[in-house]
Amino acid sequence: MPTSGTQIRLTGVTKDYGLAVPAVDDVSLTIEPGEFMTLLGPSGSGKTTTLNLIAGFETLTSGTIEFNSADVSSLPPHKRNLGMLFQNYALFPHMTVAQNVAYPLRERKLPKAEIARKVAEVLELVQLTGRDGHHPSQLSGGQQQRVALARAIVFDPNALLLDEPLGALDRNLRGALQAEIHRIHQEVGTTFVFVTHDQEEAMNLSDRIALFNNGRIEQVGTPEALYQRPETLFTARFLGDSNVFEPSKTADGTIVWENCVWATEPGTVSDLTKAGTRAALVVRPEDVHIAADGDVAPTGANAVAATIRDIEYMGAYRTAVLSLGQSGTVGRARLGALESGLTVGQSVTAWWHVGRQRLVAV
Amino acid sequence: MRTRTRGVDPIPWWLKLTAVAVGLYFILPTLFVIPMSFSSASTFQFPPRGFSLRLYENFFTNPAWLDALGNSVIVAVLAASLATLVGTTAALGLHNLRGRLARYVRTLLMISMVTPAIVIAVAIYISFLQWQLVGTFPGYVLAHAAIGVPFVLVSVTSALGGFDPKLLRASSSLGATPLRTFLTVTMPLIRRGIVTGAVFAFVTSFDEVVIALFLRAPTLETLPVKMYNSVTVEIDPTIAASSSVVVTAVTSICLVLQFVGSRKKTAGS
Repeated sequence: MPTSGTQIRLTGVTKDYGLAVPAVDDVSLTIEPGEFMTLLGPSGSGKTTTLNLIAGFETLTSGTIEFNSADVSSLPPHKRNLGMLFQNYALFPHMTVAQNVAYPLRERKLPKAEIARKVAEVLELVQLTGRDGHHPSQLSGGQQQRVALARAIVFDPNALLLDEPLGALDRNLRGALQAEIHRIHQEVGTTFVFVTHDQEEAMNLSDRIALFNNGRIEQVGTPEALYQRPETLFTARFLGDSNVFEPSKTADGTIVWENCVWATEPGTVSDLTKAGTRAALVVRPEDVHIAADGDVAPTGANAVAATIRDIEYMGAYRTAVLSLGQSGTVGRARLGALESGLTVGQSVTAWWHVGRQRLVAV
Repeated sequence: MRTRTRGVDPIPWWLKLTAVAVGLYFILPTLFVIPMSFSSASTFQFPPRGFSLRLYENFFTNPAWLDALGNSVIVAVLAASLATLVGTTAALGLHNLRGRLARYVRTLLMISMVTPAIVIAVAIYISFLQWQLVGTFPGYVLAHAAIGVPFVLVSVTSALGGFDPKLLRASSSLGATPLRTFLTVTMPLIRRGIVTGAVFAFVTSFDEVVIALFLRAPTLETLPVKMYNSVTVEIDPTIAASSSVVVTAVTSICLVLQFVGSRKKTAGS
């Protein structure tokens, strides 16, 4: 991992607009130098406000923000030396591409020759050489965002803040620009702080993800950690699909849901119940298998009776929509190549390996 | 350059006719005055008899007319500058304000547009008598600036309507101080609104007659007041020449503004 970027440390960061709940509530997070950190969450979860606090567009109610251990909490935005990418590009419409990119360098009063050299360099980096004289309105959305990207990194900022920069682009372009952002992060090695509500974007790009919910951080970790080892039901539900069972009884080693008694891995239940939290059991659809036509679940696996409600064709695979147990709880199972002869209405057994289930706090 | 092809229905003949009629109704009276200004008669007559530049000669050599013209230009320039400053800053401030307060302040600033001129004139006259501003340059400038502010406010506000506030954030993130941001980003993008407002404020002051009648002093009167007197008191046909000068001047300013504006647009997009 590149290490040339700036460390950003948030300590007890709170922004209270005087509404029922603070927009950002006691958030502490350390973003390592050169890291690609994504602030992920639904709208209104506080991720954008947090980004604006880092940028200096909003003032802190309490807490501190440090860049490389220097307190910047009370610095105005123009003194924080941060590049910023906006959803609507925010290019200056009255300036050419070259003038837009040169803007931060001119504000820093660099010599003309150096400005010209740096502008040419960065335009090559974002593959827009030859567009210098164009105005933003003459460029496509993707090209405009690349100009904005060039403008935001040309002055070697402490970090690059990206506020849903791909939101305004159509699906194909989004993929292309996502790759572009990834490549540029690799090449310049600056700290990137990326805000999005799109879990796929977050998973694809990030070194780590901070998942926001109601102004607080729900969980921080690598995309894999968040997906494979969610700690809360919110995390499990926000990232990917989950089958969720709310058990009536939990004891160490077993868990009871309706009339099913399931095994758990040692320690998992007591950890949660000790903390006084209610627990839920989650299983990813790709971990749920179907046993039909007299087949049974392998010994040691957890199983539940199910009825197939529907079979959805997803292109690369098919998904069975299931009614689970007596209550008919809706669930999903991704079907493998062997699970082909299923029909809607069929009674089957859904099962999964104990190691693939996860107990989370509700 | 983006070219747009739009499907437009052909304009029916009666609509064209109506448009021409309305246009003529507005323009013709003004145009009558121009041939009259070249008349050689010493009274008002239409059609004019003979051709001479006598009225122009009179206008440009008579110190009474020239002084009035000079006063009008000075007052209009100063009043327009002041109105532009106040109107632009007010528009910028109100743009960032939301809710009831902003609405009240906006209404307050616009009120002179809907108040009858005579009411404003009397109000200004009474207060300026106390402040000893009647018959003084500052008096004219302040009064005319006050009625010019709404024009600037309206045109700058509409220019700000298309202004993306994210640009301010972008600019500050790129290292520009608020003042630099205003000079390099906000100003260039709303310049057209400011210039339009300034021209309207200038023209408003330049042909304002009601307030000026109250504020005039024997030693200090503006061109419209002089023209008014020339008709009602002196019956001086020089007014035809002065009217033509005013019409030509004001029209030229507006045309230049249009021309500059449209050229900018073509270069920009």
